[in-house]
Amino acid sequence: MIEIVKSGLYTTIQDLGRFGYENYGVPISGSMDQLSSILSNKLLGNNDNDAVMEITMTGPVLKFLEETKICITGADISPSINDNSIDVNRVYQMNQGDVLKFGKLKYGLRSYIGVSGGFLSEKIMNSRSMHSNITKSNRIIRGESLKIKKSVKTKTKRTKINVNYLKHFKNNTIEVFKGPEFNKLTIKQKQVLLKKKFTISNNNNRMAYQLNESFDNQLDSIITSLVMQGTVQLTPSGKIIILMRDSQTCGGYPRILQLSKKSINKLSQKHMDNNIKFELIDP
Amino acid sequence: MKSYNLKYKRFGESSVLVEWPSKINESILENILLFKSEIEKKYLNKNIYLKNSYNSLLITYREIINSKAKISELNNIYIKIGSKQKQVFNKWEIPVCYDIDPGHDLAYLEKSLSIKKEEIISLHNSKDYRVYNIGFLPGFLYLGGLDKKIHHPRKAKPILNVPKGAIGIGGSQTGIYPNNSPGGWYIIGNSPINLFNINKTSPCFIKPGDKIKFNPISLKEHELIKIQVESNIYKPIKTRIND
Repeated sequence: MIEIVKSGLYTTIQDLGRFGYENYGVPISGSMDQLSSILSNKLLGNNDNDAVMEITMTGPVLKFLEETKICITGADISPSINDNSIDVNRVYQMNQGDVLKFGKLKYGLRSYIGVSGGFLSEKIMNSRSMHSNITKSNRIIRGESLKIKKSVKTKTKRTKINVNYLKHFKNNTIEVFKGPEFNKLTIKQKQVLLKKKFTISNNNNRMAYQLNESFDNQLDSIITSLVMQGTVQLTPSGKIIILMRDSQTCGGYPRILQLSKKSINKLSQKHMDNNIKFELIDP
Repeated sequence: MKSYNLKYKRFGESSVLVEWPSKINESILENILLFKSEIEKKYLNKNIYLKNSYNSLLITYREIINSKAKISELNNIYIKIGSKQKQVFNKWEIPVCYDIDPGHDLAYLEKSLSIKKEEIISLHNSKDYRVYNIGFLPGFLYLGGLDKKIHHPRKAKPILNVPKGAIGIGGSQTGIYPNNSPGGWYIIGNSPINLFNINKTSPCFIKPGDKIKFNPISLKEHELIKIQVESNIYKPIKTRIND
């Protein structure tokens, strides 16, 4: 068990998502930056889909009531064990009574704590990803205790972290495909969309990221149609909204672009006022 | 069954979007659902996920795909669909109490539409509605068929807490809130039934293509059904329909 001494700003349990229930209106969810959550699981010798803890900007305080191994990936939020600072992307042994804390955000936005065998929070429709109306709670709550897999000897990997992994946090190019309504945009609109730098607004969460800049828009809404994680929508007021992991299953705004899978992970590490630039990778 | 001229579009790295003419009608819906079930049969137990809306179908694969090859594979399934293939849908009776507080906007609608309350209620529950899609919230049904006389624009400002089961009118649509949530529709009643149950393998008993009919009940009956639903003994009334 792990006791939540403090919950942090927005901390949830996530695996890779809840598949096969979208036609009941159930969002897929899953860890925002799957490159990082999978890395944590790989370093621990877990399965890619084992549940991890997703931390946003400010970390929780966790007291370990049993021994296990942990590995923190994603954003560097200055983690420490019993007040001794530790590295990200490295496996550590936790003993009974050890306290994991976080400090200042150095880079990125979302950090992942993996534990040996994964977190064992409730599994609903084949997934442990937290979401309101699906799981009992949409985030972890102070004072609760979370079940983890009983510690077994697993082979942890001393994988060398690829240099490209750090670029994942610094680089601001967001690779996109044309969306179903891309060709309804004027040549001028397409140029602006693909040349301009956009900034992320303070309206950003697990469901969607809205961009600050307004866009001249004459497109009508469409009959409620299908959207996905990474769909870029253009609203009637000319605002651009990028749907993220907790995205609704359908929507009525023109879908002008679609992020690549890699870029959804990358965008998940960006926060308010960060710049991004769309780059079309359609053949 | 009529065959449509479909548009296939690559949508990201792993999905294909199929589009029908951009109209809302029941024969398009039935054609979409027939294609959907044929794809499901063909790809049984494969890592493929399908969802539909009014005039489109999205096919998502877990892996990165060669969209051209997948599109021709899908189109081959479509052109082989026989003209005599029938689908079976259900018609569900949804009990609704139109005489319930809180969040009741019938008095407002009576003035705004200049139609008597009793007339609004009877226009609302005298027709069958078709379920086109489930989305927006888990278990939220997109219904077609609301009488034009009771179309009404949404509230300018959504209210924060629409109770579970609330029946609302928003624009040309009517629907049931499957859970407590914010919402901008005018609320005219409440249904005691559970539209979305996370503990069932199939979390909604209603499916796209099904029909529903609102069945007016009294406040007393509402209370009783609510208790039956909570004790898990309530069985919604259904009849089979053939298209």
